[in-house]
Amino acid sequence: MKRMLSISVLMALAMFSGICSAEDIAAAAPTPTVNKGDTTWVIVATVLVIMMVIPGLALFYGGMVRSKNMLSILMQTFVIFALTSILWALYGYSVAFTEGNAFFGGFSKAFLKGITPDSQAATFSKGVYIPEYIYVAFQLTFSAITPALIIGAFAERVKFSAIILFTIIWFTFSYLPIAHMVWYWAGPDAYTDADAGAKAGATAGFIFQKGALDFAGGTVVHINAGIAGLMGCLVVGKRVGYKKEFFAPHSVTMSMIGASLLWVGWFGFNVGSNLEANGLATLVFVNTLLATAAATLSWVGAEWLIRGKPSMLGGASGAVAGLVAITPACGWAGPMGSIALGIVVGVVCFWAVTSLKNALGYDDSLDAFGVHCIGGIIGALGTAVVANPALGGTGVWDYVTNAVITPYDFGAQFISQCWGVGISLVWSSVVAFVAFKIVDMTIGARVTEAVEREGLDVSEHGESAYHP
Amino acid sequence: MKLITAVVKPFKLDDVREALSEIGVSGVTVTEVKGFGRQKGHTELYRGAEYVVDFLPKAKVEVAVADTLLEKAVEAIVKVANTGKIGDGKIFVTNLEQVVRIRTGESGEEAL
Repeated sequence: MKRMLSISVLMALAMFSGICSAEDIAAAAPTPTVNKGDTTWVIVATVLVIMMVIPGLALFYGGMVRSKNMLSILMQTFVIFALTSILWALYGYSVAFTEGNAFFGGFSKAFLKGITPDSQAATFSKGVYIPEYIYVAFQLTFSAITPALIIGAFAERVKFSAIILFTIIWFTFSYLPIAHMVWYWAGPDAYTDADAGAKAGATAGFIFQKGALDFAGGTVVHINAGIAGLMGCLVVGKRVGYKKEFFAPHSVTMSMIGASLLWVGWFGFNVGSNLEANGLATLVFVNTLLATAAATLSWVGAEWLIRGKPSMLGGASGAVAGLVAITPACGWAGPMGSIALGIVVGVVCFWAVTSLKNALGYDDSLDAFGVHCIGGIIGALGTAVVANPALGGTGVWDYVTNAVITPYDFGAQFISQCWGVGISLVWSSVVAFVAFKIVDMTIGARVTEAVEREGLDVSEHGESAYHP
Repeated sequence: MKLITAVVKPFKLDDVREALSEIGVSGVTVTEVKGFGRQKGHTELYRGAEYVVDFLPKAKVEVAVADTLLEKAVEAIVKVANTGKIGDGKIFVTNLEQVVRIRTGESGEEAL
């Protein structure tokens, strides 16, 4: 998604264009420029995504646990954010976003080596760049929210130390390679003609090469995190008293605040992923807004019809499901396609967290799997449907011909999307399972029953969220 | 002397206090409590999980009265706390052996 340009290349380009005819200049690659508007937008978007994690996700999750475990959720989210930020700078950015093989990048930018305020990262338009530092920070926030999503699946019963160790392993061996596979490419300027395009394409990540579309992280963030969460809750087992005791959320109010912060912050997540403040960004904005609204209504509607009452927690959950599903599709869908996608995901995720979870009997405490993995799959596969120009989508851009590919090949795109979904499901679940087993065998994943009964806040952190 | 313990619907608390004041009761103690009687609890649904809430919130009013005032006090509570629906609560009356006002050291009915 990005490419560095050395000064020498720039100078050569300038000298070259000076001795060319007018036609040659028109055909040559445009001079890379950094736009203050784009830069500002990505700075703001990065801040919005940080707000999604702390406090958005922390409150959304925190409200759903019992009051004795509130601080454990806030603390896990807070520290995961800090931890992955550091790991990202040390080696994460380099492994995800430099050229290596199709699965892992290299270490050429480990410790952010070589990046200066003048370094540039490619956007999705030829010749348009943003400062690389803000690209590093923007992508950092994605790598930070993903492990924080996972903890919802096994909330209220896992040691803080186990979560730290798991996060380090999973971040390194699942988040980074999946991000590399899905998002790493040489940047649009490399696609000057068919040959150069083929050459550049061969350096891209594995799932990118398969043609899978993932605008803002449906695969990288949500499927990746959701399936890892399922593995975690299967390895550590159910909470003590599951299905017997009163496990109701201690504050749906907090969850509503958290979901609202997520909704607002998600404009940074999705629209920021456009990397430019242009017309497409505004389409992404509208799509994100409408899909979320539609999913809120469809979840609440399904709940009202089937369970008899429309609930606030249902509304908040529906909104998050809608946000998850539109994430991969937001740059290719049209507004009506986004509404359709939202309606579908609200109903399907409602079914997943009510019927599917009960039928299969796993204790995914806060439905990280049911909302993020299922919603992510709906979004990733649905992207192939809503991207279709016949259904109001934008179609897929060809950077060699500089035009939308016509006709839109739904079958081929759907298969590409299946590659993205399949690889991330298998890869992440294997890494997560092994990581949990390692954690369990070394330091032990789960707290004792006495600790679980007392609550993680007092026993793990030595403090209480609320004082009567 | 008698101790009246009345368990009533929380929203009836102000009415009970007012009615008792009117007949000359000069003090009550109120506690927020939970319990169950003939009134069934309710169910709460959170995503796929259904919880039956058996214990419903009530207000417990404790009032100590002279024997002469007992009947009027009980009547007053019954009159204002009654909605005619299940869940209106109950009144318990017990003998009270001693009452002491801490500030003055007075005891017995003088302390009421």
